[in-house]
Amino acid sequence: MVLQPSLKNCLWLPCILRTPKAGFRSTASGGLIIQSVSNDIYRNLAVEDWIHDHMDLENRQVLFLWRNSPAVVIGRHQNPWQECNLRLLRQKNIKLARRRSGGGTVYHDLGNINLTFFTNRKKYERMENLKLVVKALKALRPQLDVHVTDRYDILLDGHYKISGTAAKLGRTSAYHHCTLLCNTDKFVLSSVLKSPYTVLKSNATPSVPASVKNLFEEDHSLTSEMLLDAIAKEYAMQHQIDHHITLINPADETLLPGINNKTKELQTWEWVYGKTPKFSVSTCLNMAYKGSVIEVKVNMDVKHGRIEVCNIDLPEQWLPPALYNKLVRSLTGSKFCPNETTTLVTTLLRVCPQDDELHSRWNLLCENMIMLM
Amino acid sequence: VCIRRVRSCSSILSVKSKYVFDKPALKFSPQQRLLRTSAVSCGQVVQFKLSDIGEGITEVTVKEWYIKEGDSVSQFDSICEVQSDKASVTITSRYDGVIRKLHYSIDDIAFVGKPLVDIEIDTSKGLASEEDVVETPPMSHEEHTHQEIKGHKTLATPAVRRLAMENNIKLSEVVGTGKDNRILKEDILNYLAKQTGAILPPSPKAEMIPPLPKSETVPGAPKDKARKIPVPVSRPIVFSGKDRTEPVTGFQKAMVKTMSVALKIPHFGYCDEIDLTHLVQLREDLKPLAEIRGVKLSFMPFFMKAASLGLLQYPILNASLDENCQNVTYKASHNIGVAMDTGQGLIVPNVKNVQVCSSLGSAGQLGTSDLTGGTFTLSNVGTIGGTYTKPVILPPEVAIGALGKIQVLPRFNGKGEVFKAQIMNVSWSADHRIIDGATMARFSNLWKSYLENPASMLLDLK
Repeated sequence: MVLQPSLKNCLWLPCILRTPKAGFRSTASGGLIIQSVSNDIYRNLAVEDWIHDHMDLENRQVLFLWRNSPAVVIGRHQNPWQECNLRLLRQKNIKLARRRSGGGTVYHDLGNINLTFFTNRKKYERMENLKLVVKALKALRPQLDVHVTDRYDILLDGHYKISGTAAKLGRTSAYHHCTLLCNTDKFVLSSVLKSPYTVLKSNATPSVPASVKNLFEEDHSLTSEMLLDAIAKEYAMQHQIDHHITLINPADETLLPGINNKTKELQTWEWVYGKTPKFSVSTCLNMAYKGSVIEVKVNMDVKHGRIEVCNIDLPEQWLPPALYNKLVRSLTGSKFCPNETTTLVTTLLRVCPQDDELHSRWNLLCENMIMLM
Repeated sequence: VCIRRVRSCSSILSVKSKYVFDKPALKFSPQQRLLRTSAVSCGQVVQFKLSDIGEGITEVTVKEWYIKEGDSVSQFDSICEVQSDKASVTITSRYDGVIRKLHYSIDDIAFVGKPLVDIEIDTSKGLASEEDVVETPPMSHEEHTHQEIKGHKTLATPAVRRLAMENNIKLSEVVGTGKDNRILKEDILNYLAKQTGAILPPSPKAEMIPPLPKSETVPGAPKDKARKIPVPVSRPIVFSGKDRTEPVTGFQKAMVKTMSVALKIPHFGYCDEIDLTHLVQLREDLKPLAEIRGVKLSFMPFFMKAASLGLLQYPILNASLDENCQNVTYKASHNIGVAMDTGQGLIVPNVKNVQVCSSLGSAGQLGTSDLTGGTFTLSNVGTIGGTYTKPVILPPEVAIGALGKIQVLPRFNGKGEVFKAQIMNVSWSADHRIIDGATMARFSNLWKSYLENPASMLLDLK
């Protein structure tokens, strides 16, 4: 049962969250269940960071329940260009976030629930957590055919993936989080997680695509709330604590000092795109121009999200050499980002000879380049 | 120090200082030499092995290094990020010291139990007293090296001592919770917390202003001038104490070029105030109609249309001067741009052929052709604030207008009565090589009259 935070809870929670490591000799039991009131992916990821960095997990474990409005979440060492359709994301206003744990890319919406199990380093045990989830599902609906694989996925009916896992380990604490598909829009999921790229060379962690199914499809009476409650109940039982869920607001700076900075950091371009391992794009643009097709070979090396090396193979004199050099020089060092490149190339045009033919060639080439980003 | 001075007195005054110091250099005392060399390498190199990850994992992939060879590290600093089977692990240092060797490159497989990095440990901790000779710094090392509490020496790493020193904390007053009552970083932080009453000072609540309209939006549509209350953004004040140099790249580089060309244009300015009372009323009246059509009506379309009507009378303002100032090209199309500040920089999406536009609502993503080919620009800096400004002309154009914010001010009407007027200031800049003051003034007056009497625009519409 989800309760509104009573006065007792409010006083108790800050004490738990803020008590310094060294002096903490708690007599409280070993578990805490919290749920976020926010659906913002960045705020919720920031809560995970906060608990991981600041909470003493020596003698207690935490279960964090959260859901997000539409977002694509890539793993720590992944390449967003490789993992999803960025243009589609931008069109549909779906957020893109990079989490700090490893693993593959997932799509979140309110039909998906997220569970994070916080423990100290020694008690990090993913299999146990997933078995807990399966036990909770079976307690709710005994007829459900769900089981955990050795890849830490949960499968429904033997082959549909309903949950994926990832983890983060620090010096003294660790967390394991997983998704659970209740009633997610599968159509959006499959279209955004399909990258239009086939021309990327990178060592980033690739995702392993899988067929997915919603629990709701199996049993129409199931809702996200019911599932959250069932899991909380099982967790409470196993940790011998009260089955109640404390609500927390991820924007509350008093409760979680420093949380807003963590939220901001997760939204920066440097984190989301800049942390992409080095990769190269190698493709051939086929530009239709005045009845003929111009073939342009493009090779770019992108490091920290910025274009490190840029090679554009244009037919000779298609653009005056000075202008061509200006374009290549300006792109080098610039972000591999459509907005940045658009502002860059349109501004550059102001200081070029004012020739309509030239402008249309420039625009054509630049638009094609921007499509790659 | 003393040795050198004695030497210089005895030499001939005209001799360059270089010669004076040559001799003393050979006569450096052995103690001083020891001091110099000891600072360079005094430590023992230790191989820091990759510790057990858990779950029976024996190998991981190195994904990112947070340090490089030669960097100093403190205990608990992050060294690298490794990944194993969907788990990302942050490896932290066990020692204080200097990184001497990285055993793996990015994407290599690292093995648990095998060396990850070589660290040269700082052996001067707790044993500095022997080397404190001659040129010691004013602060005595000994105060922080050994401290006696209840007859025991306090153990703490140099990093912890530094933290204590920076916060004026006496190690003797801190309770150590590490091995052998060693004082850890956490102990210092707890001590501080007890002093100030909080673990960490809460950061000021920063209001996050949503990014200003991206390329997808209608030019000018989301700007609601009359209603906007600027939200002050409180950025946490970070005093880092160090200068930071970054290369000029991307958009900034392009702006440097543009502005260099722009400032070669002799600008002259002309400012005026416009009474938008009637226009505000008109917009209020039209709002419900616009809502039905799903269009958010702002003032920008009115400003743009009025400008276009004005340009029909004064086409020189919609012209372009070539590089050698030999020819003026009067552009037929009124491609009126609205300058906007995005997160990435300044963009000026322009609406083509405003002279034949009867409606100015457009949607969809902006392509490069929407952002180039402008002939005349209006800048909407008023949404941020300000009244008068001195806008810079964006080449290859010859004029630009910057609109200040709309303010409610008292004005006198024809009968000498005071009424509430909605006043907006406009600041024009024009290329004085081909545009004279009178032309600019007349254009501005015409534009002003259209906006003060919106009905007059209907008369002149084609």
